[in-house]
Amino acid sequence: MKLLDSLRFRIATLFQRSQMNAEMEEELRSHIQHRADDLERSGLPRAQAERRARIEFGGHVRYKEECREAAGGTLLESFVQDVRFALRMLRKSPGFTTVAVVTLAMAIGANAVVFRVLNALILHPLHVPDAETLYGIQHGNEASSYQSYPDYLDLRDRNHSFDGLAAFSGAQAGLDTGENSSRVWIYEVSGNYFDVLRIYPYLGRVFHASDEHGANSAPYIVLSYAYWHTRFQDDPGVVGRTVQLNKHPFTIVGVAPPEFHGTLVFFNPDFFVPIVNQEQVEGENLLNTRGKRWVFMTMGHLKTGVSPAQAVADLNSIGTYLEKTYPKDDDQRSFTLARPSLYGDYLGKPVRAFMTGLMLLAGLILLAACANLGSLFAARAADRSREVALRLALGASRTRILRQLFTEAVLLSLVGGAVGVLGSVVLLRSMSVWQPFSRFPINLPVEPDANVYAVALLLALASGFLFGAVPVRQVLRTDPYEIVKSGSLGTVGRRITVRDLLLGVQIAICAVLVTSSMVAVRGLMRSLHSNFGFEPRNVMLVDTDLHMAGYSGDKVTEMQRRMIDAMETIPGVTSVGFINTAPLVSGGYNGSLIFTDETADLRSSKAAADSFMFSISPEYFHAAGTVLQSGRTITWHDHKDAPRVAVINQEFARKVFGSVTNAMGRYFKRRDGTRIQVVGLVEDGKYNNLTEDQQPAMFLPILQSPSSQTYLAVRSDRDPGQLVAAIRSTVRDVDAGLPLYIEPWNKELDNVLFPSRVAAMALGVLGIMGAMLSITGIFGMAAYSVSKRLKELGIRMALGAQRKEVLQAALGRAFKLLAFGSAAGLLLGILASRVLAFVVYQATPRDPLVLAAVVLAMSSLGLVATWIPAQRALSIDPMILLRQE
Amino acid sequence: MTDQAQLLPGTLDLLILRAVSLGPLHGYGVLLRIGQISGNALLIEQGALYPGLFRLVRQGLLKASWGTSENNRRAKFYELTAAGRKRLREETANWNRLATAIGAALAAQAEEV
Repeated sequence: MKLLDSLRFRIATLFQRSQMNAEMEEELRSHIQHRADDLERSGLPRAQAERRARIEFGGHVRYKEECREAAGGTLLESFVQDVRFALRMLRKSPGFTTVAVVTLAMAIGANAVVFRVLNALILHPLHVPDAETLYGIQHGNEASSYQSYPDYLDLRDRNHSFDGLAAFSGAQAGLDTGENSSRVWIYEVSGNYFDVLRIYPYLGRVFHASDEHGANSAPYIVLSYAYWHTRFQDDPGVVGRTVQLNKHPFTIVGVAPPEFHGTLVFFNPDFFVPIVNQEQVEGENLLNTRGKRWVFMTMGHLKTGVSPAQAVADLNSIGTYLEKTYPKDDDQRSFTLARPSLYGDYLGKPVRAFMTGLMLLAGLILLAACANLGSLFAARAADRSREVALRLALGASRTRILRQLFTEAVLLSLVGGAVGVLGSVVLLRSMSVWQPFSRFPINLPVEPDANVYAVALLLALASGFLFGAVPVRQVLRTDPYEIVKSGSLGTVGRRITVRDLLLGVQIAICAVLVTSSMVAVRGLMRSLHSNFGFEPRNVMLVDTDLHMAGYSGDKVTEMQRRMIDAMETIPGVTSVGFINTAPLVSGGYNGSLIFTDETADLRSSKAAADSFMFSISPEYFHAAGTVLQSGRTITWHDHKDAPRVAVINQEFARKVFGSVTNAMGRYFKRRDGTRIQVVGLVEDGKYNNLTEDQQPAMFLPILQSPSSQTYLAVRSDRDPGQLVAAIRSTVRDVDAGLPLYIEPWNKELDNVLFPSRVAAMALGVLGIMGAMLSITGIFGMAAYSVSKRLKELGIRMALGAQRKEVLQAALGRAFKLLAFGSAAGLLLGILASRVLAFVVYQATPRDPLVLAAVVLAMSSLGLVATWIPAQRALSIDPMILLRQE
Repeated sequence: MTDQAQLLPGTLDLLILRAVSLGPLHGYGVLLRIGQISGNALLIEQGALYPGLFRLVRQGLLKASWGTSENNRRAKFYELTAAGRKRLREETANWNRLATAIGAALAAQAEEV
């Protein structure tokens, strides 16, 4: 209805306007008729009288215009005129229009996309009420937020700063609904989780603190909306149903609201279960173990009037209490606050830095586009100087002409913005459904929203005014008499103009982008072929968790051994090794504090190292391709009752024993006092991510340190497809109820390479855009300089100038700019690469290949950009030219 | 023609109001009336009248309606509104004050200073 009304109103005003015009016309005609009547009465023939009357009346069109202005509403009307004229001008030069629209579309579209992602990751990451007062508690000395459950309870009950403190931890479990069993990702959450976050159920109910009555007392499930939608097809009858979680009965009590995806922006759980049921979910009960920090994050809303600093002081006083009361488990307990959405500062810091950088770059691209279009616009304004002069001479005001130019600029930018928004909508839609890691529930919902449109519109308007403003001075200085008299003068300034500077800056920006994207790509390539401490090629990783299938105790290792034995019989398989968490594959790494054998005081501050800890089977090193440098590997004889042994990496040896050579055979201690003897030494490797500093790692015998979490590395030279099928059928023979996940180890590495890949991709895209911008910029400048100096060039040729000299005269300036801009950009890019090194493994600009590639890219860019103007300059026929002008 | 005076800026509106205050007129009529009451002493380009008329209508000082002229032609007639009458009074008083002041200033003799 509203639309119809506004439409009717619009038509009515249009109609009124044309009626007003008609009336005005009639009134002026009537005046002339009356005057002619008088003149006729004084003796003139009618025709002559009318002619005279018209002359006496004066500038008919001008007065009509002034009347319209006086009658009001003309701003709109002259605006419509301006728009029409602008459209005509733009249609007349389709090349210019296309270049401008494409340039703007890319720049504005890029900004819209980056802004949307920035918004989703950093500005408004969580869809919870009052998100601005929601803080997660982080360790004071490191970017980690893990707490032990008893510590969480103390923090929750002793603080005076939070309106309730909730906790959650991610976990994987096997869900059996009766029809089929599958692996699910869940949050184990404290009973007060939903209440603290102020989240109300979409369906049924959520659980509360009052539902918790000790371990395994609350077998309830709150489904996420998305999982309810995909797995249960929006069936409301699912509330009240009992399902099997890791073979334990749980009741589905409700469904969370659609916009709530948990409290990590990138990790969307399938459902939520109470954390007190940890034993049923994870297979072990750590609710009373103060020394083990496994609760992923604690968080809550600050009370009104409590500042973050006050809250930190409050938490630290609890920390001091914990240190005093539990000196064995808790020392150095200090806290800071951080936003929970990106795992505190652990991811928050790099992601924020990267996104800020990206936004900055996108902004720079837009600025470059504006600079570029500004100079193209100025060139056009100069080409149109005759038209402008004529209009000025005919009495147009300078403001009117400027308004016209601005209308053209803003129109262009709006069209460009619209195209850009279209592109970004497509891109954002596909990003929203993209799941970069098939194994993890990681997805970033960045559906285009009103904010995106608003930002795009604002940017379009701003950039329109920005580049529209470039030719203002030029128009204001126009002297109509000079130009009309002598034709457009090809005054060739020798000094550096603002326009040259703009273009130089732009080329420099482009070179920065090209340099850093090449550095990123090279870094990425290098990290694909660097030494990880294992050889992922030709290894298939089989991933399962025996706990989910109901195994526990000794049955776990027994089963693992049976699986290994069964797989070794598959033809083509050379070796099969077990490890509890495969390096560079998934989170959930176990670390352990290591003490030298001489240390008696086993508090964490006295630890010699914090080491990665892996449980492996004897064949693991062989299957993974990790080189054993000295000593022996684990054997099946290293069982529960045998002396504790470990294989360590070189970094471990350096950190704990001071050197690699004297580590063999020596002992170290773990937190619980166990003495372990070093029996073997393997090469260093990467364990959690590629950019990590070299970390210590130890490998313990599977029989001495059992784990239900199971990765089997299957090395084989068989075709992966066949191998997967063979592995599946082999495992099915052993136990048909095991939920399996099989993928090549290579493919799993995608996850750790993801940040570098995103960085390289983003920089690559921006680099391509920068290159296109520079091309249009240089092209515009070169074309302008050639067309302005056609006459001069023609004369030079007539006087016998060689092609080289002509080219130098026509394009020397453009090439000089290109050279200076590229050099400056290259330098800046090398500086910028230092920042890049945080994200991309082995990103270094000190790489001759990168330097060569940048130089090559920039010069071919210059060649492409100046090709057409150069052709035009060379094809000048002095005779035709001199005759024409 | 040469002894006709150029209009001071802003005075055209006043003249139009005055002309129309003597009775409803169409545009050409306004022009004739101004000539008549000013003794043809003022130089006004004919077309220049109309932006003034439109401006005054927009300000609500005049109202316009279509009718038939003495030449039996369709024409738009203007007449004063109440606001127009009030404005005319004020502007006339203003003008008189200004004219007196400027006249006095120009007539001042050296010894009077």
